[in-house]
Amino acid sequence: MTTPTRQTSAGAPGGGATPSPTGGLLLSRSLPRFFEPALLLVLAAVVGGALFLTGLFNVPLLAVVTLLAYMVTITIASAVVENGRKAKDRLVTAVVYACFALAMVPLVSLLWTVIVNGLQRLDGYFLTVSMNGVTPSMDAGGVYHAIIGTLMITGLAAVISIPIGLMTAIYLVEYGRGRLKQAITFFVDVMTGIPSIVAGLFVVALWMMVFGPGKTNGAAGAIALSVLMIPVVVRSCEEMLRLVPNELREASYALGVPKWLTILKVVLPTAIAGITTGIMLALARVIGETAPLILTAGSSAVAINWNLFNGQMMSLPVFIYSQVRMGNAINYERAWAAALTLIVIVMLLFFVARLVSRFFAPKLGR
Amino acid sequence: MISKEDSPTTTRAPEGGARVPKGKRRAGDVIFAGGAQGSGILILAILAGVAAFLVIQSFDSLMANTANFFTTSEWDPNVREEPAFGVAALAFGTVLAAAIALLIATPVAIGIALFIVYYAPRRVAAVLGYVVDLLAAIPSVVYGLWGIGWLVVELGPFYQILEEYLGFIPLFAGPISTTGRTMLSAGIVLAVMILPIITAMSRDVFQQVPQAHREAALALGATRWEMIRMAVIPFGRPGIIGGAMLGLGRALGETMAVAMILSPSLVISWFLLQSGNQTIAAHIALQYPEATGYGVSALIAAGLVLFAITLVVNMAARFVVSRRKEFS
Repeated sequence: MTTPTRQTSAGAPGGGATPSPTGGLLLSRSLPRFFEPALLLVLAAVVGGALFLTGLFNVPLLAVVTLLAYMVTITIASAVVENGRKAKDRLVTAVVYACFALAMVPLVSLLWTVIVNGLQRLDGYFLTVSMNGVTPSMDAGGVYHAIIGTLMITGLAAVISIPIGLMTAIYLVEYGRGRLKQAITFFVDVMTGIPSIVAGLFVVALWMMVFGPGKTNGAAGAIALSVLMIPVVVRSCEEMLRLVPNELREASYALGVPKWLTILKVVLPTAIAGITTGIMLALARVIGETAPLILTAGSSAVAINWNLFNGQMMSLPVFIYSQVRMGNAINYERAWAAALTLIVIVMLLFFVARLVSRFFAPKLGR
Repeated sequence: MISKEDSPTTTRAPEGGARVPKGKRRAGDVIFAGGAQGSGILILAILAGVAAFLVIQSFDSLMANTANFFTTSEWDPNVREEPAFGVAALAFGTVLAAAIALLIATPVAIGIALFIVYYAPRRVAAVLGYVVDLLAAIPSVVYGLWGIGWLVVELGPFYQILEEYLGFIPLFAGPISTTGRTMLSAGIVLAVMILPIITAMSRDVFQQVPQAHREAALALGATRWEMIRMAVIPFGRPGIIGGAMLGLGRALGETMAVAMILSPSLVISWFLLQSGNQTIAAHIALQYPEATGYGVSALIAAGLVLFAITLVVNMAARFVVSRRKEFS
């Protein structure tokens, strides 16, 4: 690290001050620290005023024009006052900040539109009635049947995926070696990339062979979701099991505990928080899957169906999709409200998972 | 890596009459190890089963198909006596949508990853990591709803500007679709959807850049951008490429957003601002509920093509990413 011999005006943050051989100063000239935000504000005011006068004012245009003007002026200002390299650095800084701001636009607008539009219809009535007997344009109906379908299908998928996924993770960390381990690791990675619609088609093909064509039920949907969920569970559980320090295993072996009991009583309890988090995040991912359920669990159920093995079963994502397909204003209202319901469920899973991993993290140190 | 304990059940000192006979296999151990290995093998079997069942069930329609499956654009699997269908237009649409998404998402994702790792204050960076994960947790059907209910409307004026000033480029030629339900809209929504995965991969690899490299660059008087260009990007390139390819894999297979936004037609069209084109995944989702006879089998054949494309892309991505691990 260089030690600046003279503290004058503050240099560019993190960039480090470049000593210049020319001139009397050991530190090169640099723009004052407040220059960047000040320039941005001034430009926003100028551009805003100009747009207002020409009658073209709107927020996205203001943001874009201001940003472009800022990039140009900061580069020129820096090139004049400082030097070409710093000018480039400031330009890139502006671009990186802009990238980040750009990414916030969809997130904020998505949450905003879903909340605003969803709240119009989301109430106790909407959550507790089904669509049974509701004609498409009637101002009635709700998502009770879809919530039940979502919970049951995802529940069955979890019951299938968690044991398989967890046991595979245990195999990879505790037992696996050689070719088989390599193959499983590689193909689990590949499996995370299977398109969800292909998972649905797989079950369709399977069902056609076993039960004949045209048979849709909740269990088929659950199996399709398991295909998508298993690799996610394996990956997160594997990571968590690897975090368990080897000393714990060795201490257990030294006491004469068999390997399987060591895993069951020492390794798993140590990693349980991380495993729970991983499983909940996997659930959050599959609970919003739509495409496989359209193919396997059907998209036209309107009544409450508690039976996973008989008849079509509606789910929240498919409900949103089928309402949008109908396309009337009332359908969009239902779709937005259902989307809000779905997002709330996903966010709950997401945040509870984060809380679990924060408060029940394995105590690795002593 | 955790070193493996080969035979924990054997006792170390055989002399002096070991209570536990050497190398005894407990029933619990055998069952547990067998169960674990069985689960692993089951996963391989599932993946093989996906491929096998798709092949078997698509066989019927492919045999009956009177047109060339790979060069035909029409989709008429139910014409009696001579079904004719092919994936040419669908495959083109799939690749086009994914390419648009990748072109938009990759630079932005690299920018976000750089911001999180090198520009944002540390506290803010941790929160931003969550926020990007949150973007990944939002269901695709909600993205579709947002795309058709908000984005398509907002993009209207932007498309007009694009057509007015860049209309001489065939890609942006008019007349623009009045509904905004175009390939470009679908590509933009896909870009938002694959942003988190590319960001996550790039962020991980940026965080692993050895501090010595970065400090060496800074000590030589490099600005932050020069440090990134000289130390971070060369080190992180395989991670960025791997992340982009994983994103590509996801964009290729994404169904709902495209199915809800695009107003489809089975043509090969380069006009991004006009309605037209269709992707394999969206086509399957839209056609399946009404499919009968050879229709289902034909859709499964299309799914098989999608499966093959994504499999190749994902395997290549994993290969690129795992090579980096060996060298660093």
